[in-house]
Amino acid sequence: MSLKIIVLAKQVPDTRNVGKDAMKADGTVNRAALPAIFNPEDLNALELALQIKEENPGTTIQLLTMGPPRAADIIREGLFRGADGGYLLTDRAFAGADTLATSYALSCAIKKIGNYDIIISGRQAIDGDTAQVGPQVAEKLGIPQITYAEELIGVNSESITIKRRIEKGVETVKAKLPALITVNGTAKECRPRNAKLLLKFKHAKTVSEQINLDEDYTNIYSSRPELILNEWSTKDVDANLEECGLSGSPTKVKKIENIVFHAKESKRLGASDDEIEELIVELITNHTIG
Amino acid sequence: MANFYTDTPELRYHLNHPLMKRIVELKERDFTDKDNFDYAPYDFEDAMDNYDKVLEIVGEICGDIIGPNAEDVDHEGPQAIDGRVKYASGTAENLDATRKAGLMGMAMPRRYGGLNFPIVPYIMAADIVSRADAGFENLWGLQDCAETLYEFGNEEQRKKYLPRVCNGETMSMDLTEPDAGSDLQSVMLKATYSEADGCWLLNGVKRFITNGDSDIHLVLARSEEGTKDGRGLSMFVYDKSSGGVTVRRIENKMGIKGSPTCELVYKNAKAELCGDRKLGLIKYVMALMNGARLGICAQGVGLSQAAYNEALAYAKDRAQFGKAIINFPAVQEILSVMKSKLDASRALLYETARFVDVYKAIEDVQRDRKLTPEERTELKKYSKLADAFTPIGKAMASEYANQNAYDSIQIHGGSGFMKDYACERIYRDARITSIYEGTTQLQVIAAIRHVTTGTYLGQMKTYLEQPVKPELEFYKEKLAKLTEYYEKAVNMVTDKKDTEYIDFHARRLVEMASTIIMCYLLLNDANNNEELFKKSLIVYLNHTESEVNKHYSFIADFAPEELGYYKYVSAEEESAQEEV
Repeated sequence: MSLKIIVLAKQVPDTRNVGKDAMKADGTVNRAALPAIFNPEDLNALELALQIKEENPGTTIQLLTMGPPRAADIIREGLFRGADGGYLLTDRAFAGADTLATSYALSCAIKKIGNYDIIISGRQAIDGDTAQVGPQVAEKLGIPQITYAEELIGVNSESITIKRRIEKGVETVKAKLPALITVNGTAKECRPRNAKLLLKFKHAKTVSEQINLDEDYTNIYSSRPELILNEWSTKDVDANLEECGLSGSPTKVKKIENIVFHAKESKRLGASDDEIEELIVELITNHTIG
Repeated sequence: MANFYTDTPELRYHLNHPLMKRIVELKERDFTDKDNFDYAPYDFEDAMDNYDKVLEIVGEICGDIIGPNAEDVDHEGPQAIDGRVKYASGTAENLDATRKAGLMGMAMPRRYGGLNFPIVPYIMAADIVSRADAGFENLWGLQDCAETLYEFGNEEQRKKYLPRVCNGETMSMDLTEPDAGSDLQSVMLKATYSEADGCWLLNGVKRFITNGDSDIHLVLARSEEGTKDGRGLSMFVYDKSSGGVTVRRIENKMGIKGSPTCELVYKNAKAELCGDRKLGLIKYVMALMNGARLGICAQGVGLSQAAYNEALAYAKDRAQFGKAIINFPAVQEILSVMKSKLDASRALLYETARFVDVYKAIEDVQRDRKLTPEERTELKKYSKLADAFTPIGKAMASEYANQNAYDSIQIHGGSGFMKDYACERIYRDARITSIYEGTTQLQVIAAIRHVTTGTYLGQMKTYLEQPVKPELEFYKEKLAKLTEYYEKAVNMVTDKKDTEYIDFHARRLVEMASTIIMCYLLLNDANNNEELFKKSLIVYLNHTESEVNKHYSFIADFAPEELGYYKYVSAEEESAQEEV
């Protein structure tokens, strides 16, 4: 049984290793100071897709990502791990998108790719933490969605069964295909890059990357079309410009505030019996002890 | 998120040695593979970039998976259940990651599914894996056996087994028996040809077999009935799927506990002859051993790195008398000597790996066509250098791994004696490196003829001819002086024309040669990259100076008649002598 899978993935600034240069004085993220990485939960999503592919020979995986030209890295990283191809949505008109405009752009691209069985994405991206894009894409496509997926229980050409992580336990649900799955960070970690695939696809480039190439490998693309990465603009996916990027984003950032964490829960006490007595009374009163 | 390759700039430095140009040229032969394999390189730069990128994967897996698993693997260990090995769960996870990453069969030709990597990047991966978990390096590093199968097996065997290794099946080399350890000539495992089965049948017991439940075994067995020495032994391939070998027990070891060391029982195990009869020990195992020794050299270097990293981190963190202990001169000296031994043994490792690379690649060319006279000269030169450098590399790197592990615990103080820090595991893991694949004493025996025939001295003189920056001239002159001392010491010993006397001083002479050679290598490294290596050059040169002087004065002052005092004489012999 061969399935067609699309993995939605995002290139994000690595907010896990934040240094003092992480924010600019105006309160926006200093992207230059943070390395651009594959959004961690999207890697969990890719692993789930690879697992389905392994268990169902003939299955193909396409990555779909939206971002600046350098986000082509996301597609390469996918190819290095066993994906079959990918699409980079890149256009100035996509810039400044909130979750609504992003899900619109992605759904346009998915319709363009067409003929899919499963769409898999990470639960949320570490730069926005909204967890909205996956569900919104499912809504726009009018297909069922399973969020917080942790483990694949089974899949056939009709349906997929998934164990999902919920607040106080797990829940096993089944959805008809095509369906969209968002994967939790508690799911299996993504496998490492494969040496042969890395050596094969390290020269894979989008057309605009090929133009800027100063190496001698520019002639290889005519004989190896699999090394040409798809690059799509708003036009290529028949997107309505009104609904893209900043103009399609009803979310307006009103104000950004810098928060300095204070340890308001700590309390300094002296060593006198009175003060200890006072603390014990307080802890009993607020039911911390007793 | 650690990467054990990119966090150690010394590795990239060693990968980019000028001799790599020749090595890649020999391995890739005009880059013709690119027409048949989509992962083959286009040119030299592309090939070097391939090595670098794959080593990044190795570094990532080691930093994120193998390193963090090491402690649990050490505690859990493997189990023998119903005659089979069950790996510790962390080991299984490590194997899964390395398989998925395609890091098995790295050095095999592409037509069998390998990456066709030279020895240098392959052995660098072994260095990195050993830093993460030396025990796991044993399982992963046994892909070396594929090299022996490639060199001596027939084409049918290559096609049958090598793609399986490249796909992640594991291997083992079944040599040792209860009464045949260092002395492999005494191997008794019996191989008899069965006309009925149309194959060889193996019967007997093997002991101390690393990863003894592997998928594909290379087995040394006695095929010539009635023989007693090495000339009656042949090499066989045993495929686990044919059955007949069970694991009787797993040894309870001091270190490298994740690596299952097995006792194996062979009962009519069907096997194929690999290569020619009677050449098992004298040709094939010797070749296998040389590869394995280079692997242990890498294991020693990786362990030295791990020991140093642990010590450095602890010394920065631990405060006593109001400051971090790294600020105390006694601690600083230990750390700088550790680092210098690490850099010295690593320099020797990659110099040796390059020598092996050149001669093996030319040998491989020879399988397809006749060599030119220049190539024949080159083959002879590098094969001799590889033969001379492999034993000293194995001996010195493993001894330094032990010394560094000892010092790492010393830096940790009382905490280092507890099971709470990695240094105690490193200490236990390092201990075997100077024993297996030939003890340090056996390496000295393999190396001494290159002392007496002048291979080492010749190479020192070649190094001496290389120009260095003016600010390093001073160190070069010092080294020239030490080389003279070495030459004099060798002459003092060999002039006696007594093999027993040479054997007695062999360790001293081999150590002198090794330390001086490592100094020359560090001098060259510091000349190329002062920032990375100058400190280690100076520290290690001081160390070498004192070692060479010590050995020199021992030899110069030694009275040959004192030799008798070093011998063990039994009570009976003693009384017999008195009667005379």
